This record gives sequence, structure tokens and C-alpha cells, in this order.
Amino acid sequence: MIEAFRQYFSLCGGLLYWLIVAPFRGRPWRIGHTFAQIVRIGVHAVPMSALTALTIGVVLAMQSAAQLAKLGATVYVPGLVSSSLIRELAPLVTAVIVIGRSGSSVTAELGTMKVSEEIEALEVMAIPPMSYLIVPRFLAMVIMMPLLAVFSIYVGLAGGWLISHFSLHMSTAFYVNHALQYVELRDVGIGLLKSGVFGVLIVTIACSIGLNVSGGAEGVGLATTRSVVVSLLSVFIANAALTAVFFF
Amino acid sequence: MSSTPPDSAAEPIIEVDSLVRHFGKQTVLNGVSFKVYAGDTFVIMGGSGCGKSTLLRHLIGTEKPTSGSIKVFGQEITTMRADAMQKLRGRYGMLFQSGALLQSLTVAENVALPLVEHTRLDAGLIDTVVKMKLEQVGLTGHGHKKPSEISGGMKKRAALARALALDPPLVFSDEPTAGLDPIMTAVVDELTQRLTQKIGATVVVVTHDMNSVFRIGTRIIMLGTGANQGRVIASGTPDEIRGHPDPAVQQFINGDPQGDGGDGSGELLYRETLLGLNETGLYSRSAIHSSQS
Repeated sequence: MIEAFRQYFSLCGGLLYWLIVAPFRGRPWRIGHTFAQIVRIGVHAVPMSALTALTIGVVLAMQSAAQLAKLGATVYVPGLVSSSLIRELAPLVTAVIVIGRSGSSVTAELGTMKVSEEIEALEVMAIPPMSYLIVPRFLAMVIMMPLLAVFSIYVGLAGGWLISHFSLHMSTAFYVNHALQYVELRDVGIGLLKSGVFGVLIVTIACSIGLNVSGGAEGVGLATTRSVVVSLLSVFIANAALTAVFFF
Repeated sequence: MSSTPPDSAAEPIIEVDSLVRHFGKQTVLNGVSFKVYAGDTFVIMGGSGCGKSTLLRHLIGTEKPTSGSIKVFGQEITTMRADAMQKLRGRYGMLFQSGALLQSLTVAENVALPLVEHTRLDAGLIDTVVKMKLEQVGLTGHGHKKPSEISGGMKKRAALARALALDPPLVFSDEPTAGLDPIMTAVVDELTQRLTQKIGATVVVVTHDMNSVFRIGTRIIMLGTGANQGRVIASGTPDEIRGHPDPAVQQFINGDPQGDGGDGSGELLYRETLLGLNETGLYSRSAIHSSQS
């Protein structure tokens, strides 16, 4: 446990150097590699994020409509859907998808590279693995997580609109107007901040565990499971802490 | 125990002095000393677990010793800062046991990687150099393939092309022929020898393949196991090693389970220490104890 923390903070220290100091010492970020990771981590996650966000928007609207109908207050459905998505669900669900899809993939890829001596080969070729492998993944994750969360918000709102329009017979203008009425720009900012924090947690945990794999194929499998579990727990705890700080 | 320099006035490329490495309570390297001179094909040999791959990792600077000194190109690397080490590694080529080609890149991209990272050559020139290097190792027409699409021997040759991409003055090679058939072993040995001689590189090879040892080695050291774990037990030219008086060296060279003068003690030691069997063929008490613990 202590060793895992040491490895994690060692990675974070190295990452800070390669993100902030190295570019001023003639070691710029690898833009091409970062774009490749943006596509893998972010763009390829769009269909899954869309489907998940759509179903969540639909479910939120159906569940809230069923309860609010008893009070004759279905007009609040758009506001409930929008505030839930923006404040909590879009960043959190996006994080869960990215952990399952990309965090696990990062750990497995780095772990396999470690056990097949590829990372050692990079070191011996004087190509710092931190610069070549970690920084592009970090930048891609930090850029794409908030964008995916924004995308999830829009798609989730569309899901809420489907129920509100076709089942509760609200006009589109009414739905949009009420959805926007209950959220502030600050909520959007905090939602995006959450996504950024989740992205940092997911990618640093995935990289730290992946780079420290030992024990061959079995080690890679165990590390991938550990990466998903630790990332999920970290994101849920961070989400509770951020909600307590900003909304409670 | 140091090898004699081919030219007494020559400065060693690598100088290892009293190198010790412990992993917990286990001593893996125990006072290893030797020198490697320019133009040598220096072979580090020894049985499984003798510490030869660990020694190589210390030479390339990916492991730090418990004590002792390693100088490469006259620079002490055991206390070297990371950025200086990075710079020094620009003068190394390394051929890994598994090849260690990056699976996400094609064979050509793997060979191009050091050129892209460490030179300012334009893409066209890099492409020309890569084609030339692939041709030298007999992989013309395979550059577009991923490492998973080529055979073990081809991977080793592609890794050799990558290791020599920058024409480094010093090349390390870890079990370069492990897992290859005898013909491919000879091919890789011959390629390594020919290509490194062509660029005037000094080569350090770790292997326990005796055919390779005497085919390519100009100077050889052997690390011991058991009571001599991690010590240099023999050092010299191939002829000196062939005629070495130590029975353990002769047993290793000849691959003889009944070494130590043919009295059978070598086989007994082998059976006890590696198989855990006693003279009657039953598991020995020490083996049972060690398996229980």
C-alpha cells in the first residue's frame, strides 16, 4: 500500500516536470501523440457516452415525472433533469465510462509494454517514457473528459426531452426554457471542473499501476482490475468531496 | 579479476570495479570487476541465475548497484544524474532478449524511432536509412509489418537494425539468440558481428549459448553460481576460457551434468540444488523444508 502510494506520487512528480518544466528546456509536448490519444481516449468513447447519457436522461425524466405527477408538478421535470445531469450525473457517468473503456486500456497497454521490456527499451534509447507515453495520455484525458461531459449533458438533455415532449406533451421551447431556468453558469463550471479532476485521477492511477506491473500476463490482468477498482473508488470519493465543497 | 587489455595503452570503454548488488538478503553480484576495450566483443556468460542480465542492467544504467563503480566512456554512471544518463544512452544501442520492439509501431517505424528522436534528418532521409538498415539485416519488404506479424528470428534482426540505427559506438545485447534455432542463431551472430565491426562498435553480449560465446567473443568473463554466486570465476580470451582449469568452467562449457572431474559430484549437486532429489531419487529433506517454507 505504502509502495503503491510512493509509486503514484513519484509518477505525479515526474509528470509535473514533463508537463511544466521540460517544455521550457527544449522538450516540448508531443502534439502528434497527444492527438492520437485524444482520438483513442475521447473520440472513440463518444458512441458509448452518447448511448449511456441518452438512457440516463430518459430514465431521469421518467422517474421524476412519475413522482412529480402525484404532486401535479411535472413542469419541474426539465429542471430536475438538467440540474442532475450538469451537477452530478454527466461528469460521474462519463468518468465511469472512461474508466471502464480507456483507463483499463491504458493500464493494460503500459503493463504489457513493461513486461515485454518495451518501456526499458525506450529508456535505453534515451526516449523518456514519461514524455513519450504518459504526457500524451494525460493531456488527452484532461482535454477530453470535460468535452465528453459536455457532450453527455447535451445528449442526456435530449433524452429528457424525448420523454417530456412525447409523453408529457411539453413543447420544445417550454422544455429548453425550464431546463435552463434551474441551472447557473457556475453549475456548468463546477461540472466541468469535476470532469477535469476525474480525468486527472483516472489517467494518473491507470499510468502508475500500468508502469509498475510485474509478473507477466497474470500481473497485467491483476493490474488492470486494480486500476479500474482504485479509479472508481477515487472518482466516487472525489465526487462526494467536490459536491460537499461546492454545493452543500 | 580483469581481462587483459588488447593494447596496454588503451583506455577502457567500460570499467567495472567491485560491483555488488543485493536484492534483500540475496547477493546477486558479488565484487564483479572487469574492463571492456574498444573493438571488443565482450561476452558475459554463466548459468541461469548467476546475475548476468542483472549485470547488464547495471551497465545500461537501469539498475543501481548496492556498492561499486561503473565507468562508461570514462564517466561514472552509478551516481550520474538522470539527464546526463539520458545523454549517455544516446551513445548506446541495445538488443533485448525479447527484441522489445514497440508493438504499436511497424518494423520500419521501430527502426526509425531512434533517428526521429535523436537526429534532425528529414523524413525522406530517415526513410532511406531505415530501408538500408532493414536490407542489412535481410528484412527488405517487411518494414510495413507489425512485430506481431513476423517470426522470432525476424524480430531479433529488426531489433538489431533498431539498435544499430544511430551507428552507436557501444552495443549491448541480452541473450540475442535465446529461443532461436541453430541456423537462425548463427545468422544473428554473424549479422551482429559483421554490422558492429562495420561501424567499429564495441559489443557487450550476455549469453549462455556456448556456440555463440566462442563464435563472436573476443574476450569473455564467466559469472559463478552457488558458493560463487555473482563472482567472476573466469576471464580471458576464448582460448583461455576453453583451457581454463576451473572444473566449473569446463562443466559449463561442455554442458556436462557429471562435471567436477567425472566423480559424479556435479550431477549430485545438480540433482540436489535444482531438482531437490537425494541420492536415492527421493525428494531431499532440504527440498521438502524449502517447499514447506
